[in-house]
Amino acid sequence: MACRAITIGRANTGIIAAVFVVVVILGPLLAVFWRAGGGAWLVSSDMAAIRFTIWQALLSALISVGLAIPVARALARRKFRGRAVLITLLGAPFILPVIVAVLGLLAVFGRSGILAALLSKFGLPPISIYGLQGVVIAHVFFNLPLATRIILQGWQAIPAERFRLAEMLGFGPREIARTLEYPMLRGALPGAFLIIFAICLSSFAVALTLGGGPRATTIELAIYQAFRFDFDLARAAVLASVQIALVAVVAVLALRVTTGDGMGAGLDRVVHRWDVNTVSSKVLDSAVLLLSTVFLLLPLTMIVLNGIAGLGMMPTAIWAALGRSILVALAATSLTVVLGLAMATASRERGWIDSIGLLGVTVSPMVIGTGLFLLINPWVRPTDVALVVTILVNAVMALPFMLRILTPACRAVETDYGRLADSLGLAGWARLRWLILPRIRRALGFGAGLTAALSMGDLGVVMLFADSENATLPLQMYRLMGAYQMQAAAGAGLVLLMASLLLFWGFDRGGRRDADA
Amino acid sequence: MEFFHTCHLCRNLEDAMKALTLAAGLLIATNVVAETPVLTIYTYDSFVSDWGPGPLVEKAFEAQCGCDLQFVATGDGASLLARLLLEGDRSEADVVLGLDTNLTATAAKSGLFSPHSVSADYSLPIAWDDPVFVPYDWGYFAFVHNATLAAPTDFRALAASDLKVVIQDPRSSTPGLGLLMWVKAAYGDDAPEIWSALSDNILTVTKGWSEAYGLFLSGEADMVLSYTTSPAYHLIAEEDAGKSAALFTEGHYLQVEVAAKLKSAKHPDLADAFLQFMVSDAFQDIIPTTNWMYPAVTTQQGLPDGFSTLIQPESALLLSSDAAANIRDEALQEWLAALSQ
Repeated sequence: MACRAITIGRANTGIIAAVFVVVVILGPLLAVFWRAGGGAWLVSSDMAAIRFTIWQALLSALISVGLAIPVARALARRKFRGRAVLITLLGAPFILPVIVAVLGLLAVFGRSGILAALLSKFGLPPISIYGLQGVVIAHVFFNLPLATRIILQGWQAIPAERFRLAEMLGFGPREIARTLEYPMLRGALPGAFLIIFAICLSSFAVALTLGGGPRATTIELAIYQAFRFDFDLARAAVLASVQIALVAVVAVLALRVTTGDGMGAGLDRVVHRWDVNTVSSKVLDSAVLLLSTVFLLLPLTMIVLNGIAGLGMMPTAIWAALGRSILVALAATSLTVVLGLAMATASRERGWIDSIGLLGVTVSPMVIGTGLFLLINPWVRPTDVALVVTILVNAVMALPFMLRILTPACRAVETDYGRLADSLGLAGWARLRWLILPRIRRALGFGAGLTAALSMGDLGVVMLFADSENATLPLQMYRLMGAYQMQAAAGAGLVLLMASLLLFWGFDRGGRRDADA
Repeated sequence: MEFFHTCHLCRNLEDAMKALTLAAGLLIATNVVAETPVLTIYTYDSFVSDWGPGPLVEKAFEAQCGCDLQFVATGDGASLLARLLLEGDRSEADVVLGLDTNLTATAAKSGLFSPHSVSADYSLPIAWDDPVFVPYDWGYFAFVHNATLAAPTDFRALAASDLKVVIQDPRSSTPGLGLLMWVKAAYGDDAPEIWSALSDNILTVTKGWSEAYGLFLSGEADMVLSYTTSPAYHLIAEEDAGKSAALFTEGHYLQVEVAAKLKSAKHPDLADAFLQFMVSDAFQDIIPTTNWMYPAVTTQQGLPDGFSTLIQPESALLLSSDAAANIRDEALQEWLAALSQ
C-alpha cells in the first residue's frame, strides 16, 4: 500500500513525472548510442573494472548500512545536548566535493595525518589508507551518515504507542527488537543498501585516489577513458548501460526482501522510550555515538581548519559563483520536490514508478552530459543553457534520494490514515494538503535539504557545458586548484561546505519544526 | 457570424504583424550593438581562472584587434578535444588553445583544423615545423619535492629508494600520459621492468594534476609528478624557496602546448591574427608567471628572475605526435600490468 495518486483531470502526475525522468536520463544515453552508430564489445580491462566496481560497491554499502544501524538506534533512543546539531552535521560528508572530502580524510588517516602521528607516539608504524580499505573508509565516510538518516527516519516512524504497549507487556530489549525494530529494518535497510550501492558504483575519483593504483579502476573511470582518450562513444555507452543493469539487478534483489507493512496508526507523537535505561545499553549507545562522531567530524574539522587560512585569499569571483550555486540548488530542489511528491504518491498503484526514480544514480554523469550535449547542440549554444542543464540533471540525480526518503513516509501515512481519509472523501490536492503533507514534513524537509546540498556540491555533469562566465562554486574551486591556489581552493571548499550545510539545515529544520517537542 | 469571425481573424493578424515588426526592429537593433566581431577560443579551465593567463591575454588582444575575445573553458586538454570532436564542423570555436603533442595526432586526423600562417623564432628545446599547430608554451615533466629531500637522480634510483610518489592516471590526465611517454621514451622495451620496480614507490594514482599536487602539498607523498617550473610558482608567488624538481639523467619528457585555427572558424582572419599575437612578446610575457610554463618564444624582457633557479635537463625527450599515438595503447597496457600486480 502506498499513497493515493494525485490526479489532475484524468492524467496521473506520477506517470508524467516518471516519463519525464526516463526521457531526461535514457534520452541522452540513446543519443550517445545513436551518435556512436551502435554498441561495441568490451575489452578485458573493462571486465576487470566491472568486477572491482561491484566488489567495492557491495562492501561499501554493506559496511555503511551495517554500521548505521547502531548509530541510528542510539540517535533514536537517546536525547542529549547537541543531538540536533549532530544530526545536521551528519549530512555534511555526503555533500562534500570529492577532493575536499579526500583531503579531509587524509588529514586524519593519511601518512602525515593525525592517526599516523598518534601511532608513531606509541612506536607503531602508520597504517596505509591506500588500497581497498581506503576506498571503503571513504565510502563509509560519505555514506554512513546517509544510511544513518534513512534508518533513523524508520525508527522515528514507529509510533510511541507501540513502545508504550511493549513496555506494558513487559517486553525486554530483545522482544522489542523482534516485534518492532526488526520489521522496521526490513522495510528500510534494503532501500538504504540499494541507494548506497548505486552511489558507490559510479564513484570514480575516490576509488582511484584512495585505491592506490590502477587496480582500483571503476566502470566510471573506464567510461571517462573511453570518452576522452579513445573517443570511443560506443564503448562508453555500453559501459554506462552495464552500470544501469547492475543497479537494476540489485534493485530487484533488494525489493524482494523489503517488506512494506505499516506500523499501524498511533497518535502521531514523538517517541519516549522506557526500555533503554539499562547501564549496558547506555554505555553501548554512548560508545557508538562517540566513535561515529569522531570518525565523521574529525575530517570535517580538518577541512574547516585548512579552509580558514584560505578564506582571505579567495578571488571575488567566488561570491558570484556561490550565488549561482545557491540559485541552482534552490531551483533543482523545487523541481525534485515536485517530481518526488508526484512519484512517491503514485507508487501505490504502480510500484515501477519508484524504481524509475532510481535511474538517476545509476547513469554515468559523463555519458548523460555527453548525451545532453549531443541533443542540445544542434539547437542552442550549449553554454547558453549551462545552468538550466545543471539544474535539470542535479534534480534528476537527487531524485532517488528524495524518493528513498519520501516513499516510505507516504506509504506509512496511507497505511495508517488512508481508510479514514477515504471515508471522509479526501482526495486529490486536498488529500495531499491536509493528510499527506503535514505528516511527511520531516521526510520532505530532509529530502529537500539533501537535494539542495547535493546540487551545491555537484560538478561533473556539465563539464562540456561550462564556460568562463557561468562557473558554479565547485567548478571555481577546481579552477583554483588547477592554478596552484590550493589554499584559496581550501577556502572555497570551506565556503561550499558551509553554504551546503546551511541550506541542508534550513530545509531539514523547516521539516522538523514543531515536530521534536 | 461569418463576418465577425473573419474580422476577428483580421484583428489577430494585425496584432501579429505589429509584434513581428517590433521583434524585427529589436533584432536589427541588437545586431547593430553586436557588430564587434566575437573571436571564440576554446581552452582548458585553469587558463581562464583569475590567476591564469586568460584575463590578461583577453585584455591585451582586445586592445589591438577591435574585437571581443571570448574564452570558453572546458575541463582539461583532453575534454577540450572531446568537445570539439562532438561538435564537429558546427563548433562555435574559431581557435582552440590548450592541446598538447599527445593529442595533436587525433586532433589532426579529425580534419577539423586548418593550417596556420604563423612564423616565429621558437625557443623550444626541439625543432618545430608543424603546419597546423602553433606552440605557445612548453615545460618539462619532473618530480617535485621539498628542497630538504635528497632526491634520486633517475628512475632506477627512485625505484630503489623507499620514497613515495603521487602520479596521475594516464587514462584521465595529461601529465599522467606524459609520464607514460617519458618512461617509454627513456627506456623503450625496458619500460615494463621500470614500472614494476616503481610500483612500490607509487603511493597512489589520481584523476588529475590538481588532486596529486594537493596530496603532495598536504604532506602525503615525498614527490609528485609535475613540471620543472613548479618550484618557480612557490618561489615567485609565495616567496617560498622550499620546493625543488628532481633532475633525472635520462632526460626529461617535454610537454608542448599548442593552439590551432578551426576550418569552420567564423572569423578566420581574426583567428590568424590571434595565433600571430600568441607568439608575440605581449602574449609570451604573460605565460611564465600565470601558466607557470616556459614561453614558446624568448621575449625581449626575458624570463622572470625566479626561473634562473630552475633545473635545466640535459636532454629533452619527446615522441612525435604520431609515434605517441601509436605507442600509447601498448604503453598503457604495460603500465596497467605492472601496477595491477
